[in-house]
Amino acid sequence: MQLTNRSKVIAKKEMSFMERLYIPAILGGLAITIKHLFKKKVSLRYPEVTRAFAPVYRGMHVLKRDELGRENCTACGLCAVACPAEAITMDAAERKSGEENLYREEKYAAKYEINMLRCIFCGLCEEACPKDAIYLTDRIVPSEYKRNSFIYGKDILVEKVDERIDVSKRKNEYSILN
Amino acid sequence: MGILSFKIILILLIFLVSLGIAAYSTYGERKVAAFLQDRLGPDRAGPFGLLQPIADGVKMLMKEEIIPAVSDKILFILGPCIFMMTSLMTSAVIPWGTPVHIGNSVFNLQVADINIGVLYIFGVVSLGVYGIMIGGWASNNKFGLLGAVRASSQMISYELAMGMAIIAILLMSNSLSLNEIVAQQKGMNWNVFYQPLGFLIFLVCAFAECNRTPFDLPECETELVGGYHTEYSSMKLGLYLFAEYINMFISSAVISCLYFGGYNFPGLDYLSTVLSPNLVSLISVGALFTKIFFFIFFYMWIRWTIPRFRYDQLMKLGWQILLPLAILNVLLTGGVLTFLK
Repeated sequence: MQLTNRSKVIAKKEMSFMERLYIPAILGGLAITIKHLFKKKVSLRYPEVTRAFAPVYRGMHVLKRDELGRENCTACGLCAVACPAEAITMDAAERKSGEENLYREEKYAAKYEINMLRCIFCGLCEEACPKDAIYLTDRIVPSEYKRNSFIYGKDILVEKVDERIDVSKRKNEYSILN
Repeated sequence: MGILSFKIILILLIFLVSLGIAAYSTYGERKVAAFLQDRLGPDRAGPFGLLQPIADGVKMLMKEEIIPAVSDKILFILGPCIFMMTSLMTSAVIPWGTPVHIGNSVFNLQVADINIGVLYIFGVVSLGVYGIMIGGWASNNKFGLLGAVRASSQMISYELAMGMAIIAILLMSNSLSLNEIVAQQKGMNWNVFYQPLGFLIFLVCAFAECNRTPFDLPECETELVGGYHTEYSSMKLGLYLFAEYINMFISSAVISCLYFGGYNFPGLDYLSTVLSPNLVSLISVGALFTKIFFFIFFYMWIRWTIPRFRYDQLMKLGWQILLPLAILNVLLTGGVLTFLK
């Protein structure tokens, strides 16, 4: 019984004389390969030329500050819970008086570490964050010589006050999704 | 300038040219491979990666030299030497161009115009298999030995058909001297137009003799690790690989001489009446090298087009198809020459 019309009848049919000559087949093959000689090459001369990133590329994380330069993160731990690779750890601390210009709310992350060897760059942490604090950027995590060097602390993750990192593209992606 | 000093200079020149071409064939091979696969190939060492062969050579020389403890030391070293030597020796009888005039004397651009040139080539080429055989045997390695056995049986099988294809040429030209055979193919009077079948047989056999794909079973990586040179390292391995590229160069030269008129090209006669003989000689050398380069490219082109044969297919092709075809070709040529001329 024929179930679909995709089935193909395969018979060990004898090759015709022309097929057994092989020469036409070889010439056909040569024609195919010579066409590739003139095709556009897919290789990029990497350090000089880089491939364009997708606008929503998920690379190295950034811990954002607000417009006044205060850290957004309140060390709620939602990102650490959401992280499927368990790459994020943090210690919370209470904001002392006089530190209002550093931290936006009364609680802040005294220590915030992401293990870049564990991270799978899925972006679930930024999805979980209620405070707009963590985003993935289009920066690439550089290679290191020691495994310990891949544990990034706040010194690397928090953006500098004077060089803000643009995450509007990632933000847009969420506005499209929601 | 005496004939001796001219010959010595010519020999040195041919040696250098064949070594240079072999070195740049490795580069060409990688570039052609890359371009046929939509890649760029080596382009880091120098402009367009042109210094890559030098880097490769330095790498080969700097690598550790390993001679297996269980190997036969003398034969192990002798193997690559024989292979390299035979592949360099073949170039002696190839006529590279029209004669050059230096002072009052005329010199042929050929190291030795012996009257058995074609036989000489065959003799030396079949000696080349000893290099592979000895190397594979002396490494005391099953893969090495298998590769060597494959190489020798393959070469013996395909030399027969190759010789038969050549006999048709010899019937036509009445001479074994390569110089004579080339001289007879003046203008566009190339043998390939009279012997298309013979050319095809010779071409296939030349691929087999050079151990090139689709006949590279003696060193097929998927089955035999490295084949006959599995145990070789450093420059001894380099010599084997290098000699193979020289073989490719020489066999391209032989194909050009036997079937594509060697240094001949249409208009050579006219040019020799208007230009100085040395200039004509230079142009004719250029013509020969154009043909050689095309065939070297063709070797690489085939390599990235056709997959490797299975060993029984290889033997079947050699004995049951090419050899009868070659004999038929000889009979046809002989018949035509006897009854139609």
